[in-house]
Amino acid sequence: MFPEFGQYSLILAWLFSMLLAVLPLVGVVRKNEALQRTAPALSWGMFFFMMVSFFILVRAFVNDDFSVAIVSQNSNSALPWYYKFSATWGNHEGSMLLWIVMLGGWTVAVTVFARTLTLELKSAVLGVLGIVAVGFLMFLLFTSNPFERILPIPPTDGSDLNPLLQDIGLILHPPTLYMGYVGFSVAFAFAIAALITGRFDATWVRWSRPWTNVAWAFLTLGIALGSWWAYYELGWGGWWFWDPVENASFMPWLIGTALIHSQAVTEKRNLFKSWSVLLAIFAFSFSLLGTFLVRSGVLTSVHAFATDPDRGLFILGILILTIGGSLILYALNAHKIRTSGQFEVVSRESFMLMNNILLVVIAFAVLFGTLLPLLADAFGWRKLSVGAPFFNMVFNMVMVVLLSLLGVGQLLRWKRHSLKAWTGYLIAAAAAAVVIALILPLTLTGQLHWQVWLGMALVFWTAIGLVRMLLDRTRNSESRLKGMMKAGVGFWGMWIAHLGLIVSATGVVLVSNFDLERDFRMQAGDSVEMSNYRFTMDSIERVNGPNYSSDFGVISVYRNDKPIAQLEPEKRFYPVQGSVMTEAGIDGNLVRDLYASLAEPLDDERQVWSVRLQVKPFVGWLWYGALLMSIGGVLAITDKRYRLTKKGASA
Amino acid sequence: MNPKRKQRLILILLGVSGVAVAVTLVLFALRQNVNFFFTPSEISAGTAPTEQVIRAGGMVREGSVLREDGSLKVNFTVTDYAADVAVMYNGILPDLFREGDGVVVIGKLDDTGLLTADTVLAKHDETYMPPEVTHALEQAGHPDTTN
Repeated sequence: MFPEFGQYSLILAWLFSMLLAVLPLVGVVRKNEALQRTAPALSWGMFFFMMVSFFILVRAFVNDDFSVAIVSQNSNSALPWYYKFSATWGNHEGSMLLWIVMLGGWTVAVTVFARTLTLELKSAVLGVLGIVAVGFLMFLLFTSNPFERILPIPPTDGSDLNPLLQDIGLILHPPTLYMGYVGFSVAFAFAIAALITGRFDATWVRWSRPWTNVAWAFLTLGIALGSWWAYYELGWGGWWFWDPVENASFMPWLIGTALIHSQAVTEKRNLFKSWSVLLAIFAFSFSLLGTFLVRSGVLTSVHAFATDPDRGLFILGILILTIGGSLILYALNAHKIRTSGQFEVVSRESFMLMNNILLVVIAFAVLFGTLLPLLADAFGWRKLSVGAPFFNMVFNMVMVVLLSLLGVGQLLRWKRHSLKAWTGYLIAAAAAAVVIALILPLTLTGQLHWQVWLGMALVFWTAIGLVRMLLDRTRNSESRLKGMMKAGVGFWGMWIAHLGLIVSATGVVLVSNFDLERDFRMQAGDSVEMSNYRFTMDSIERVNGPNYSSDFGVISVYRNDKPIAQLEPEKRFYPVQGSVMTEAGIDGNLVRDLYASLAEPLDDERQVWSVRLQVKPFVGWLWYGALLMSIGGVLAITDKRYRLTKKGASA
Repeated sequence: MNPKRKQRLILILLGVSGVAVAVTLVLFALRQNVNFFFTPSEISAGTAPTEQVIRAGGMVREGSVLREDGSLKVNFTVTDYAADVAVMYNGILPDLFREGDGVVVIGKLDDTGLLTADTVLAKHDETYMPPEVTHALEQAGHPDTTN
């Protein structure tokens, strides 16, 4: 009976979302306060029934209710409870339900944290979120019902969760990523609300900024988690593939990053207003596009759970309505946006603008590369694919420009900045960066790659800028420490996020150029040497796990004859789905990962194996950097001006 | 020119040149990195270019996988049941690479018709078939074998 309640509850949530989509907005247009006041209650009602429905689905998974179709397809009684729990969103229907629950969560968060917002703006924002919810609830109810039953005779056991998904990564990655994706709906709703009400005052962007930051921080973390998961779980040590689905999450991230910067300009300088509105629309449109690409099955990918043309068409419909509708609204109302003030070429504003242009250029280049195979398909050209080198080339070239500008731009003042007094600093910093980047890798590794040189020079260039920024900030204080304390969380958020960027960039440059990968033929007792490390295969034997059997290897690693690590690579076989998984053995520290994977048995007794060994310097820095970026993004919103706007808003 | 107009002009010029540079860059990068897909029938008919990275897809012919002793070099045949392509690959095959299953290989074709692959992609679960393989089989008139 429970699954039916889940379905009813979903329908009730849909009804609430319809009311939410209509009443408050009518109230805004008719200037009817009573109608506007319905918005918070409707939001809560909608969220409540979404949650009920979600918990019923979770319950079906945890209690092994195999009469529910997606439970029987994606779970198994032998799974540990936490994978049963996360299997809830390890499938198309459940993950869309999670998406919707997040949307509901963000909606009620607006009602909670935006108590001091003007009634009109709040009602409009909630109304827009309601419209989005209507679309996605309909999508779920009409094309992807999670509560579909197999009756009258349910299967006795489920066909198991894809072994790739039986991992902590499935517990963490999708919810985090969705928080980010869906979070941009709030920035979007603020933008649309501003277009509807025609009010683009300073409070509007001040309200919108924290939401953008939080969504962006979650998205950053979600992408990093996905990359880390792919790194250790797919078994071969890759951390970014320019897979369409990765691109689908990376595009909103790029636009979101641009949005954060442009909103900063809008708040501080009252400039770029219509650009901020447009970026907010784009950020959410890219999120929707990502959902479309992933969920419609138009792409060949690890994430394409199922192919169903109806679903694709439905999301495409939502996508076209959202983008088309909001762009029309934008075209009709953008002239109302008044910008005042000017800025000079050498100023923080203009560097922010260049940052925006570059990020948008990368986003659209990635979009082009991702969609080209689909276009070719649609127009009946020869089937084609766009290789990772395309994305690497475009991304790296634009990033070189971006980092070069960042080294200066982050130091500049608003309005106007004379570079005369700075010429000495800039030349010294550039020279220092170039020299350090040349000497450091050469002395440490004895090798010289121009890519490393260029990449590290940019990293040092930006890092020197960060240090200089700190010195400038604290110059006028009695002591450096006091100056740092007084600098404010907004400053620190930015500083830490930029630090995160160069930490990640360091990781990318070093692991891309210095990683070593070799395949060996090994059996117990064999030793091989690679880059000052000696890998010895101690044993390889058959062991049984809870729902799989495995060839379990033990490889000891020695450096200068001292044992430093033990790697335990596995080749697992999951009989329920008949699938094979390569579990890598990894030993990581701050400066390098040692990575071993069992490839294939080369004899019938499964004693001789081809083994892939890798040394990956600084690979962890990729994810530490992303973590720093998220921390920076969240830290910045704790600034007290975002709490004290109550008076500012009513004034 | 008044400063506001001047600023607008600068903005527009910046935008236009940014877009122009970006488009050039994208097209340049694209020219070298688009991999076209060819079916085994097309390859044996000589449609596919040599010395350029292409993708080919089909089924791994039963009994065609030959492993060289003492190395990771492997030879196999990809077929759409109308024509065959010989593939040479030096490396680790994906976990779900199996004879009689769908596969997509990426690599260069030489004059003798041997495809030297640097990437081999197999399906990633039991029920999934790469759309390119389905397409190749349909082209060759074997739609039934795809499921």
